[in-house]
Amino acid sequence: MADEIVLLSSWPSMFSMRVRVALAEKGLKYEYREEDLQNKSPLLLKMNPVHKKIPVLIHNGKPIYESMIIVEYIDEVWNHKSPLLPTDPYQRAEARFWADYVDKKLSDNGKKIIWSTKGEEQETGKKEFIECLKLLERELGDNPYFGGENFGFVDVSLVTFSCWFHTYESYGNFSIETECPKLIAWTKRCLEKESVSSSLADPHKIHDFALGVRKRLGIE
Amino acid sequence: MGEEVKLFRSWSSPFALRIVWALEIKGIEYEAVFEDLSNKSPLLLQYNPVHKKVPILVHNGRPIAESFVILEYIDETWKQVPLLPKDPYERAMARFWAKFCEDKVLTSIWSAFIKQGKEQEEALVAAAENLKFLEKEMKGKKFFGGERIGYVDLVLGWLANLVSIFEEIIGLKIVDEEKFPLLYSWMQDFAEAPIIRDNWPPRDKMIVKFQALLDAAIASSSSSSSSSK
Repeated sequence: MADEIVLLSSWPSMFSMRVRVALAEKGLKYEYREEDLQNKSPLLLKMNPVHKKIPVLIHNGKPIYESMIIVEYIDEVWNHKSPLLPTDPYQRAEARFWADYVDKKLSDNGKKIIWSTKGEEQETGKKEFIECLKLLERELGDNPYFGGENFGFVDVSLVTFSCWFHTYESYGNFSIETECPKLIAWTKRCLEKESVSSSLADPHKIHDFALGVRKRLGIE
Repeated sequence: MGEEVKLFRSWSSPFALRIVWALEIKGIEYEAVFEDLSNKSPLLLQYNPVHKKVPILVHNGRPIAESFVILEYIDETWKQVPLLPKDPYERAMARFWAKFCEDKVLTSIWSAFIKQGKEQEEALVAAAENLKFLEKEMKGKKFFGGERIGYVDLVLGWLANLVSIFEEIIGLKIVDEEKFPLLYSWMQDFAEAPIIRDNWPPRDKMIVKFQALLDAAIASSSSSSSSSK
């Protein structure tokens, strides 16, 4: 029986992109549905009544939500190739810890850089954002990927933020490459993978998108 | 090889309590290390330099932090009495509900307790909305895990104890038995379950602690507002 996979997504969302990367890593075919977040489809509201958010993966009619929960689901169900989590429980715990760190720290601080109307809030966001990236860079060390020799769970959680880097830099007036050169080298390495390059949005399109949202919010 | 399992916790942390329950449900021997969170030990800071919080599980010298991460590690390492379901879809659902309990339920109930006036009213409305989703999820089940306590029950477990403490302090109902009969019944069943019941922190100490937190919050909000309410 063929699997039916549908992804409810929004193209600028780094969270949606994580699922696209995971699906591509596993070589899976799926139907991509772009959601207009200002005008959510009945399907989205039915499939994710609790949060009404994307991404939602619908596998044979059953919905799964929360990007890293979806990624872990994909890894467990399609375990025939490209494992994203290691097999050792301690290494799995380390991977989950760092993916959780990315979720807890990066998104909110990134938002402060781009959407903040108050200078002080933006400065705090920027300072913490850079500190988080530096910590992640130290965690990467000399490994090619956070997963070690292979692209893995933490790589998926973080790499999708990289297409937003240009936007953060532009509004925060800083250079991530200056602050975290090894991390930028890592993003370039990841982009050499088809699964990543085909799933991430163009950084300039993201910048235009952010500009549009800022205008809509009246902060541009 | 002898297993060495240590749990860094505080006397009242509901997050650490999840790990106490998980270890005891699985019959794992461990040493509890109680931390004074106002004066964190060098060992705590060494084992969890990123967040500097409890709980931390140290297994044969290797530390794991963040309660959700620790719970999954425990379930994968000690396979008796599984906490998460076997089926990948059911596992994804359990993880989703756990995250919902943490991000939405805990946050809204904490706000309902600690805030005043309009903010408290809004928090109570948000909490009720969130509890409705949980009530629906409980249909046909004794515990979120089914017939026996599982991952989501352990994550939400603080509700079964802390909510009555909050309600006593603020004099308001947060989990109304009439509005949320299934959830209310779950709270009783969970709180009375053998391992859970034996590990609640002392109620009188909890009341003192949370009353003090509320008093401090009221004091800081009235000193920063320009008009009295």
